[in-house]
Amino acid sequence: MNITVTVNGMEHTADVEPRLLLVDFIRTNLGLTGTHIGCDTTSCGVCTVLIDGTPVKTCTMFAVQANGRSVTTVEGLKQNGELSAMQQAFREHHGLQCGFCTPAMMLVGTALIEENPDPTEDDIRWAISGNLCRCTGYMNIVKSIEAAAETTREGAIS
Amino acid sequence: MTTTEHKPHTSSEIGGLGHSRRRVEDARFLEGRGNYVDDITLPKMLHMAIHRSPLAHARIISIDTSAAEAVEGVVAVVTGELLAGYNLAWMPTLSGDTQAVLATDKVRFQGQEIAAVIATDRYVAQDAARLVEVEYEDLEPIVNPQRSLEEDAVLIRDDKEDQTSNLCFEWESGDKALTEAAFAKADKVVSLETHYPRSHPAPLETCGIIADVDSATGQATLYMTSQAPHAHRTVFALVAGLAEQNIRIISPDIGGGFGNKVPIYPGYVVATAASLVIGQPVKWVETRTENLISTGFARDYYMKGELAVTNDGRILGLRVDMLADEGAFYADAQPSKFRAGLFHIVTGSYDYPAAYVTTRGAYTNKAPGGVAYRCSFRVTEASYLIERLVQNAAYELGMDPAEFRSNNFIQADQFPYHSPTGFVYDSGDYETAMRKAMEMVGYGDIQAEKEEARKEGRLVGIGMASFTEVVGAGHGEDYDIIGLKMFDSAELRVHPTGKAILKLGVKSQGQGHETTFAQIVAEELGIPAGDVKVVEGDTDNTPYGLGTYASRSTPVAGAATAVISRTLREKARKIAAHLLEASEEDLEWETGKFFVAGDPESSVSIQDIAFAAYTNPPPNVEAGLEGVHYYDPPNMTYPFGTYIVVVDVDPESGQWKVRRMVAVDDCGVKINPMIVEGQIQGGLTEGFAMSSMQHITFDETGNCLGSNFTDYLVPTAWETPRFELGETVTPSPHHPIGAKGVGESATVGSPAAYVNAVVDALQHMGVQNVEMPMTADRVWHAMQEADGG
Repeated sequence: MNITVTVNGMEHTADVEPRLLLVDFIRTNLGLTGTHIGCDTTSCGVCTVLIDGTPVKTCTMFAVQANGRSVTTVEGLKQNGELSAMQQAFREHHGLQCGFCTPAMMLVGTALIEENPDPTEDDIRWAISGNLCRCTGYMNIVKSIEAAAETTREGAIS
Repeated sequence: MTTTEHKPHTSSEIGGLGHSRRRVEDARFLEGRGNYVDDITLPKMLHMAIHRSPLAHARIISIDTSAAEAVEGVVAVVTGELLAGYNLAWMPTLSGDTQAVLATDKVRFQGQEIAAVIATDRYVAQDAARLVEVEYEDLEPIVNPQRSLEEDAVLIRDDKEDQTSNLCFEWESGDKALTEAAFAKADKVVSLETHYPRSHPAPLETCGIIADVDSATGQATLYMTSQAPHAHRTVFALVAGLAEQNIRIISPDIGGGFGNKVPIYPGYVVATAASLVIGQPVKWVETRTENLISTGFARDYYMKGELAVTNDGRILGLRVDMLADEGAFYADAQPSKFRAGLFHIVTGSYDYPAAYVTTRGAYTNKAPGGVAYRCSFRVTEASYLIERLVQNAAYELGMDPAEFRSNNFIQADQFPYHSPTGFVYDSGDYETAMRKAMEMVGYGDIQAEKEEARKEGRLVGIGMASFTEVVGAGHGEDYDIIGLKMFDSAELRVHPTGKAILKLGVKSQGQGHETTFAQIVAEELGIPAGDVKVVEGDTDNTPYGLGTYASRSTPVAGAATAVISRTLREKARKIAAHLLEASEEDLEWETGKFFVAGDPESSVSIQDIAFAAYTNPPPNVEAGLEGVHYYDPPNMTYPFGTYIVVVDVDPESGQWKVRRMVAVDDCGVKINPMIVEGQIQGGLTEGFAMSSMQHITFDETGNCLGSNFTDYLVPTAWETPRFELGETVTPSPHHPIGAKGVGESATVGSPAAYVNAVVDALQHMGVQNVEMPMTADRVWHAMQEADGG
């Protein structure tokens, strides 16, 4: 089947098998390996990308379902060649260790603060509760998202 | 948040020990440019999928691969029979046992590897793997070690010539007679029987390999999820008959390990054999289900502990009997002299003369293991048992558990302390750590609240664990993995411009080695950490080492890094003397430079010395500023701490919530406090996970009931408690920089604290134990049974 998907602002047209999972389209067809695979059952969340701004787990979505839609992966987070506020906050607050869950966590965080610029700790924990991390214990991920929200708010004011 | 008591000696520009330097590796991870095994694609690469046994115990009558072979895109189907032709149907394990690569005679656990399909596409490989047809004759599945050791139990390992029962090992430690004498003198004997349940490390990245064997040159390049690439290379050389100089193992970025990536798995061996025969690269990456049902599980220890105590609260002795469920193959990585790992550290943080520990391991029809999941060779089970026993002993004596601990702690002036099972604890101050944690949590206030709460129908509990770990194996004379001594190594090359590259035999799986090991060089040589590149995980380009597990990177490779830095500093002294036209004895070292004593103006920087090492070396001194050191630790290190948990238990439902979790850790000198805190927070979460939800269970026919993340629960951000961290700093006296290692302390120490807290909330009802994982129904049943319900 022919599909056209906009990924990180660039339009891609491809002929794909109907059963091709979106995560495999992103990783194999487009070579964007920052989106990971961890479970195949929509449980761990490391395959999360933003589809039209909303976090979606791509290990249980077909590539053909993304036809005509806009996808943001971790490779699309940088803005004007600079790390985004979310990326900078994860580095500053040690929000990652092995890095495997990190792209998805940052994307979920980005979508959260887009919708809710001043989230509480519970808001953040709830938002990332579909994304597992085995290394950090989540505290520094929460702190990173809080800090990114604050920087983004300050940026919006100034 | 904690602040380090030890101020850094170096400026933040140098970034030596004690600086919370931001991580170097983050640069690639933040942009999705990490390079994990599954991210690598090679030209002409094929894909492998494995057909696995649906049965736990059965004889194989026949294997029919014709339907799988007929699928378009399938290149080959590999069976054990085929591998047997290359003498590869079986392989050695890192514990000195053998394991089937692809089953030929019997299947011995559900999920065991039977055949592998190699195809041009991953989807096709998986489709075809399902079409392999196997005819079986059922055998009795044995799913617990108690049944396994009964006389009429069917023999699981009938492949082993000398095996006449399902006993896997028997091992003991301590002094039986001395211990019996201590028990004879006891006023009371406090006992606890408990099961440390089967768990799985479940790193978010599963295990995988790309095997690329060049049939023309014989060069085998293996991209592998390996915590121990050098040891794995040697095993590959021994198993596959490949010349070791032609095997290059590259362990790229690893998405978490926690012990799961220490063993060698059949999939690695089959992919390598397939690449060798076919002449194209072969990729195999597990699905999550494959990871959970077939790769290294952890724990599954049935333990009986008894403490001999006096009425005035002194421990006289400890007796422990342990039965381990090892699964179908004894496939963890134990030091060869210690069949139950370092379980005999079970005497804990307490001073008493007598202990006797007996251990047995049994084969069962379950996945092989058990790996030390974020744990130094079974220290986790040991720490859990003694910390649970100590709390129950305090209750039986009518004492406060903290005071009972205090009565029995090894005192700060007793180090080095010789334990009754043969360890020599390097340093510690247990009382100070415990008092600090008690102060942080407001121990007295919580105890007082408990009484009030009960009157209001609420249940509040407070529990602690004052753990001592033993990490950083060897010493090589005592500790080896299949004969390989447990040293580790560092190679340091200082380039002419004063920049350096450090190559290590260990391998980070998220611990941040690229950041922290550069800080050790910065501390010792004054070269800014940012000028030191750290390389690991490539056996062609790093010195031999045993790898990263058992918290051994900092204690062993960290020591090697400090020693080689100091060796190069002594060479730098010779060059400096030449440049300054002074005698070596007259030179003094200050971070980053040598100067003439009494004349600080006459100095030369490490960068200028490095340049001279290549452009103007002194006569009779070899050019260059490079070296390698293999560090054999004189002893292990003994991190410790006290964790205190406060819980609220719902008397109606048995649900419990962590209200406070205070953790005071002492890991000696810290290289990077930020990373230490991250390690502790992660470990406390995994301790919480084991105490509350993680559990790999089986039904009576051997079906694994924890085969995906909807059945095997791991904590999300929503359930995970918030942690409050504190510290004390007691350097290791024998480690070159005084560090002890910290990656596993929290996983080892914290489960007992969570359980002690829940038991504490219920103990007035007569509850003495709740088994992990403490699901709400288990807590509820414990209350009902205690009430006589």
